Amino acid sequence: MSDQTSQITTADGTPLKLSLHRAERAKKIRSFIFLVPTLTFIFITFLIPIADMLFRSVHTPEVRALLHHSVKSLQGWDGSGLPDERAYHALAQELKLLKKERTLGKVALRLNYEKSGMRSLLSKTARKLEKIHEGPFKNKLIGIDKRWGERETWAVIKLLGKRFTITHYLSAFDLKYDVDGNVIAQPAEQQIHSKIWLRTLWVSLLVTALCLILGYPVAYLLATLPLRISNLLMICVLLPFWTSLLVRLTSWIVLLQKQGVLNDILVWIGIISDENRVRMVYNMTGTFVAMTQVLLPFMILPLYSVIKTISPDYVRAARSLGANPVRAFWEIYVPQTVPGIGAGSILVFILAIGYYITPAIVGGATGQLISNFIALHMSKTLNWGLAAAMGTTLLAGVLAIYWLYNRIVGIENMKFG
Amino acid sequence: MRLVSKCATFSLALISVLLIMPCAVTHAGDAITVTSFGGAYTKSQLEAHYKPFSEKFGIKVNSVDYNGGIAQIRAQVESGNVTWDVVDLETQDITAACDEGLLETIDLSSVPAGADGTPAAGDFISGAVHECGVGNIIWSTIIAYDKTKFPGEKPSKLADFFDLKKFPGMRGLSKRPNGIIEYALMADGVAPADVYELLSTKAGVDRAFAKLDTIKGSILFWETYAQGPQMLADGEVIMTVSANGRIFNAIVKENKPFAIIWDNQIYNMDYYVVPKGSKNVKNAMKFVMFATSSQALADQTKWISYGPVRKSSVPYITTYYGTSVSMKPHMPTAPDNFKTALANSPEWWADNQDEMIKRYNAWMTK
Repeated sequence: MSDQTSQITTADGTPLKLSLHRAERAKKIRSFIFLVPTLTFIFITFLIPIADMLFRSVHTPEVRALLHHSVKSLQGWDGSGLPDERAYHALAQELKLLKKERTLGKVALRLNYEKSGMRSLLSKTARKLEKIHEGPFKNKLIGIDKRWGERETWAVIKLLGKRFTITHYLSAFDLKYDVDGNVIAQPAEQQIHSKIWLRTLWVSLLVTALCLILGYPVAYLLATLPLRISNLLMICVLLPFWTSLLVRLTSWIVLLQKQGVLNDILVWIGIISDENRVRMVYNMTGTFVAMTQVLLPFMILPLYSVIKTISPDYVRAARSLGANPVRAFWEIYVPQTVPGIGAGSILVFILAIGYYITPAIVGGATGQLISNFIALHMSKTLNWGLAAAMGTTLLAGVLAIYWLYNRIVGIENMKFG
Repeated sequence: MRLVSKCATFSLALISVLLIMPCAVTHAGDAITVTSFGGAYTKSQLEAHYKPFSEKFGIKVNSVDYNGGIAQIRAQVESGNVTWDVVDLETQDITAACDEGLLETIDLSSVPAGADGTPAAGDFISGAVHECGVGNIIWSTIIAYDKTKFPGEKPSKLADFFDLKKFPGMRGLSKRPNGIIEYALMADGVAPADVYELLSTKAGVDRAFAKLDTIKGSILFWETYAQGPQMLADGEVIMTVSANGRIFNAIVKENKPFAIIWDNQIYNMDYYVVPKGSKNVKNAMKFVMFATSSQALADQTKWISYGPVRKSSVPYITTYYGTSVSMKPHMPTAPDNFKTALANSPEWWADNQDEMIKRYNAWMTK
């Protein structure tokens, strides 16, 4: 009797608590099933490629797999003096085999990334070895090319014989291993990546700042003007956003070049003489102008959505309590827009740091950013490992910025709308 | 073989229902996919190679565009899903792709003789028949200038490009070192035959960059090949490094007052290659042999100013499509243009491109 009163049951006799629990779980499973396609999509198109990229940037399987015996016989070599006949013999045999199997190119290419000239050294040696059947090979190899009598050549083979190396990361920062395995700087005339990293960072920061300075007033006007005018203004913001990137870039070139519209006007008014036309494109100025224009909507739109929700009452209250307009704006209004500033800045910065078409086309000699090099190594030099190392570094940089932002402003404050 | 067995199973299954059933799978296989660079260049191949090939053999040709390089071929071969049967590949890429084993090898004995009976070995210019592909066109890196900017003496030699005193004004250069390093050495007085030997020493490379230093202040760098003629047309530069086909188009199609300095031109070849593991190797090879015949190569010059790689094609070269412009003087291989030419060395570039790219970029931003 008492049992039945204390436990509420459903029509079929199961306790209500259990029944509710079941229904809840079924609902969770159902909603999870709806999420499965999205999660699978993210996993396949996002997480796997990133994992693959991390792996590729340190993985060096080629030399280890294809020059297996040579690498093994180099294990005992301490790097002082030349390796013994065993290593020469193993290498000669393996080069012959690789030539026959047409897999020499893979090893040669990988070694060449580390030391220029290795590719042709290997193919030349393999070609000449076809006629040599008897050892000892040490003198014969050195006879084919004197580089086989240099420690550097063997050091590279030994270095890349490891399963994992960080050579690509070193290369991404203009460093390399010397013959004794110490990390040293690359020759001065080859140092370029560090410079490009700094330039990428600097360009991205400045473009973000420019976008904020230009975008803030526009977002404010969009949010506060009467609907009729603000709609028109919104179209002005969105129309370029929808126009093809290349069309916009070409237009900038037409406007800014030495024989371009702007220079023509300046000469016509008489501000500058015909001989002293100003170079405004194919240099840094061009990069900043074009990138700022292209990325501006990404600043304006998040700012607008935040500003739109701010009630004018707060500034009015501040004014009525005696604050002057500047103080009311700075102390009352701006803090309320911080979530929008944060969202817009992060968005613009992350887009800018990976940009390359725009600076490449309007930037002239200074228009190479780090993404240009990633693209170059992906499609032209086929050094996917180096491209992966650079990509990973870029990703790490973005995550670091994100972390910094979270520490200073707080990510929960970010609002996209 | 797999295709045949698949076909057999397919047919057997149907024969049990119908008495005779044509094998549909072979028909589906009667098409090949040819990949090239798009634009006017693919148009020339479409008219001179794809269409006649389809008419003659009844094999459909699907045209696909790409941006060069071997990244996509590598991805296809490595994943085992090769969808391109024939690819138009540039000189520097065929060496790397062949080394890596990404391409089917060509049966050199099956390359047909020229229309005049010259055996293939003597008919193709040197290097055009590769173990992994057959040459198709020659295109050249050249200097182009705007005639209207030179009222007096006009530049005629490569050295004039580096002579700021005689011809002051801005010059256009590519953001890639290919061709530029060679140009610098030749302008410094090195004979074409010695260029790559000298560049294989540190002193040679230093000398090239020292020569480039002399014009550093008067250079605008461009990213894409389309930008060179554009800068010239806009008056931003008075001379630029470019490709001969682009400048020909600007002169003939757009009536621009441009002229070409052929002195020390650096010529490259494009090749037709077959990626390893293509599902239609037989038809693909058939296409390669057909498209590199004397007549097919000559026909291509009606549509674009790139030279045929067969000597026996020369008598068949006529005029540009729809005009009376004779194509012979516009060919990189025309005797007057070819005298001081340098053949681009893919071997040297394959060895040294990493170092050169870094050094050139460092120099550019110096």
